[in-house]
Amino acid sequence: MLRGRAFKFGDNISTDDIAPGRWFHLRSNLPELAKHLLEDVNPDFVSRVKPGDFIVAGRNFGQGSSREHAAVIIKMAGVSAIVAKSVARIFFRNAINVGLPVLICDSDKIRDGDELEVDLKGGKVKNVTTGSELTSGKFPEVMLSIIDEGGLIPYIKKHKDFDIS
Amino acid sequence: MGKTLAEKILSQNSGSDARAGDIVIAKVDLAFLQDGTAPLALRQLAASGLEQVANPKRVVFFIDHASPSPTPELANDHVLIRDFAVKNGAQLCDIGEGICHQIVVESYANPGEVIIGADSHTVTAGALSAFATGMGSTDVAIAIALGKTWLRVPESFKVVVSGGFKEGVYAKDLSLHLIGIIGADGATYKALEFCGPTIDNMNMSARFTLANMTVEAGAKAGIFSSDDITRRYLEFRGRGDLFRSFQPDPDAEYEQTIEIDVTSLEPAVSMPHAVDNVALAKDLKGEKIEQVFIGTCTNGRLEDMAIAAKMLKGRKRHPTTRLIIAPASRKVLMAAMNAGYITDFLEAGATVLPPGCGPCVGIHQGVLGDGERCLSTANRNFRGRMGNPQSFIYLGSPATAAATAIAGEITDPRELL
Ligand code: SF4
Repeated sequence: MLRGRAFKFGDNISTDDIAPGRWFHLRSNLPELAKHLLEDVNPDFVSRVKPGDFIVAGRNFGQGSSREHAAVIIKMAGVSAIVAKSVARIFFRNAINVGLPVLICDSDKIRDGDELEVDLKGGKVKNVTTGSELTSGKFPEVMLSIIDEGGLIPYIKKHKDFDIS
Repeated sequence: MGKTLAEKILSQNSGSDARAGDIVIAKVDLAFLQDGTAPLALRQLAASGLEQVANPKRVVFFIDHASPSPTPELANDHVLIRDFAVKNGAQLCDIGEGICHQIVVESYANPGEVIIGADSHTVTAGALSAFATGMGSTDVAIAIALGKTWLRVPESFKVVVSGGFKEGVYAKDLSLHLIGIIGADGATYKALEFCGPTIDNMNMSARFTLANMTVEAGAKAGIFSSDDITRRYLEFRGRGDLFRSFQPDPDAEYEQTIEIDVTSLEPAVSMPHAVDNVALAKDLKGEKIEQVFIGTCTNGRLEDMAIAAKMLKGRKRHPTTRLIIAPASRKVLMAAMNAGYITDFLEAGATVLPPGCGPCVGIHQGVLGDGERCLSTANRNFRGRMGNPQSFIYLGSPATAAATAIAGEITDPRELL
């Protein structure tokens, strides 16, 4: 069970918002890049987010480039999961691969600052502040086992191959 | 029941009866990375304990995004990439060769292949009847090591295009129009399959532009049948023997069909800060533009250079509008030089950059000032994309870009024909 505060974002947050291109030269220095996480959308985000907190977004979170650094620095900031109405395809795969869980549900019912409790296995998002509960859509088996192992690298270390039939 | 192009290619590459919604393990025929995504992939490969390259002849590293290197950090990333490529016998396209997607279609991609690139516009190669899709560094690292990847077989949208383009209207305008209809996430996880009489007569350059932009509607792939035009393109590139014919079955199942008659299309422009925020160029007349950029994996090909040169020849850029032109590859630059286009550009007051991504991704070579507006032939105009979140990006065709550079404000290219 994960517990933390919701940081609310709108629709179509791009990977240029998450990991701006002007910091391209910091991609091999992730702790430095992480200082710029989402700075053009919410300049206070990095200083305010606490380990365990959630990014709650609208539609199409993570649209745009394939830069996996976007998912990595969200995880480095301590965010425990993304809760969004929908997530762009490449970002979705990247997040799962780096061990950053994603829950897809109707995030309109969550306000900035709400306390959330997330049950990853059950796909449940409980809004402790309002008492409402949301259910996340199902993932393919292969994604679930990658999530279970904590990402694609630990998964491959253990299985040495894609272990699906 | 019949199969879509995505289902056919993924069936063949996974050795299974692949249907939309299935998860398959597919053989990867080509895997590539660029200088922004390769360093992380190499570190992940090391962390996986699988320091191997399954098929080095079909693994390509491109130094195109920050090329030549603008900072010591990026120079060090380039060193890491070069060392790995040399040590493992992988292919390297170093500075000056051009943009990954352009070189992939010029030199590597073939019908029926599964192509995985650590760059979102990998979809470009779908124009050659490949299943080509972008992924992140870790996915591509593992694909390099194992020579395969897992894929969910996408549902497909059928995009049927008919009618003839009016003079001054191009595939880019169709693309922006289509994304305006579908929306920036309307095709998330889907394949867009293009067909119809207009597509049948379309040259490869225009098909690449359409395939390239499909990711801007969220699509996983943009795929075309392979035909005589595909065959001739491959022959011209010295790979005629690798031509294979791919068509969808007549009874294939599509989640949606979108029909577009291009006869009534007019030059289109995406306005800041969303690709699906589409207007007509003529309705934006009077919008001042400080910089025009012609290039990128969307519109940096020889055909695009020809369109721009035709408009710019004997004219000058507007004194308050900078004009930057970056041919997509060394081959494009050489052909444009031989055709005299580069001279036309320089005489018109353009700054010609070496082949590569140039200012598209906001690292160098044309970062905008606060409040400045750029009209670019690129594929995305997200806030901050060109390196400054206080600037504004409009997207249009090479013709619209050239007309805008001459007039100093957004201009329908038909005014200058
Ligand atoms: S030209 Fe632009 S969109 Fe194309 S690969 Fe380069 S940075 Fe990406």
